[in-house]
Amino acid sequence: MKNENSRRSFIKNISLATFSALALSGCNTKAFDDFLQQNFKTLSKKEKDIIIKNLGIKYKEKYGKEFHISDKPAIDGTLFGYALDLSRCVGCRRCVYACVKENNQSREPQIHWIEVLQMEKERGIDFAHSTAQYNPEKVPEKGYFYVPVQCQQCKNPPCVKVCPVKATWQEPDGITVIDYNWCIGCRYCMAACPYGARHFNWGEPSVPVEELNTEVHYLGNRPRMKGVVEKCTFCIQRTREGKYPACVEICPVGARKFGNLLDPDSEIRYILENKRVLILKQELNTQPKFYYFFGI
Amino acid sequence: MKDNFKENIKVSVILTALYLVLLSGCKNKVSDTIELNKVNTENEVSIGTTQTNDYAVEAPPFSDGIFPCTDCHKNLIPNPVRRVLVDWHDDISAMFNHDSENRWCLDCHDLKNRDSLRLASGKLLDFKESYKLCGQCHGEKYRDWKVGVHGQRTGNWNGKKEYFLCVNCHNPHSPKFRELTPEPPPIMQEDIK
Repeated sequence: MKNENSRRSFIKNISLATFSALALSGCNTKAFDDFLQQNFKTLSKKEKDIIIKNLGIKYKEKYGKEFHISDKPAIDGTLFGYALDLSRCVGCRRCVYACVKENNQSREPQIHWIEVLQMEKERGIDFAHSTAQYNPEKVPEKGYFYVPVQCQQCKNPPCVKVCPVKATWQEPDGITVIDYNWCIGCRYCMAACPYGARHFNWGEPSVPVEELNTEVHYLGNRPRMKGVVEKCTFCIQRTREGKYPACVEICPVGARKFGNLLDPDSEIRYILENKRVLILKQELNTQPKFYYFFGI
Repeated sequence: MKDNFKENIKVSVILTALYLVLLSGCKNKVSDTIELNKVNTENEVSIGTTQTNDYAVEAPPFSDGIFPCTDCHKNLIPNPVRRVLVDWHDDISAMFNHDSENRWCLDCHDLKNRDSLRLASGKLLDFKESYKLCGQCHGEKYRDWKVGVHGQRTGNWNGKKEYFLCVNCHNPHSPKFRELTPEPPPIMQEDIK
């Protein structure tokens, strides 16, 4: 009995000693802190502040730039919705690259949160016969229309359901976010998403330092690491500050609309009430908050 | 028998305590949600009233040196006869494609007040209000534009917004959108190394 106890205490002591040695050695405390960091949802305000402060220091060391990292929570009484006018979109892909820039997406290997699909007018919405690779001199091409697809911010998101570690969840304002530090990179969510909206960092993401957007949100466009999943967050760093998403502002034909679904005077509500609206893959009951409409 | 009785009392006391704890827990939850709802409705009201009916607009996109029109026109004798312009504004004549069969300059520009636009009713209109002129014919678009569905807005989704005028995107003399050069397509899967 006594022997067993002493063995147990020996193990206890030796592990304690190792931990404290690691902690005291100083060189690696940050990596250690990172390792022990809990799921963002479970953190207190104080813990979040410390983590964000350390992250700022880390980015400063890595990129030589001062980052403004926000963890602003959802604004009460908001539920974000998006509408896209299929009769206007010309497939110019301005949105794709505005998004890449705003959200610090990796250039090499390339990640695009928005994919613009070209579809034949004769076939209608038909994913099997669509392509994202169209590359003519000028758009729109005769006989085709364009369907940009990004995260549909489902009310019933299958990606959230399948995450084995709860690293992705739906915020009160309807944005599905990812805690990149908690993501284990299993990519179940990518398999579950019927819109191909989630993207995986197969390699170390690279963004030219001069093109880095330093206005970031912890759950959004902060620089990511290798081995985590990312996706559109309706520009959480902009929309929670009252701004429009970057893709809305860049669209040269004004096809993209954004607003608060709970505000009866918003343009998004006007569209839902007055235009003919469709959602993609309705039969899957994902209930997207991303609506396509025909505005003409 | 006595022991049993004691046991029973013990059990029931524990059960009641548990029940009370559960009940109070539930109560707390209910009151929490009610409070949350209150906050929500208050905020909704304030958000709902941010929309106003006056339109902050971008400045009209004049070509360099073309405005005010009176700079040149004050010395010219107005000629109301419909014709193709050759000496001046020939560039506009060349591109003019806006119901050109039935319309010409003086259907929108005023003969006497050169720095004004003119509605069909004869009412003069500042260039900053040109959307009203467009809205005479394109009523449906005008209606959608006013609520922010046609065209583009900048600013805040929950606050002050600025509108692009019709003429910030459409050339009033040739309003159809020109074709655009697309940005490069994404890398093909087979090209990823």
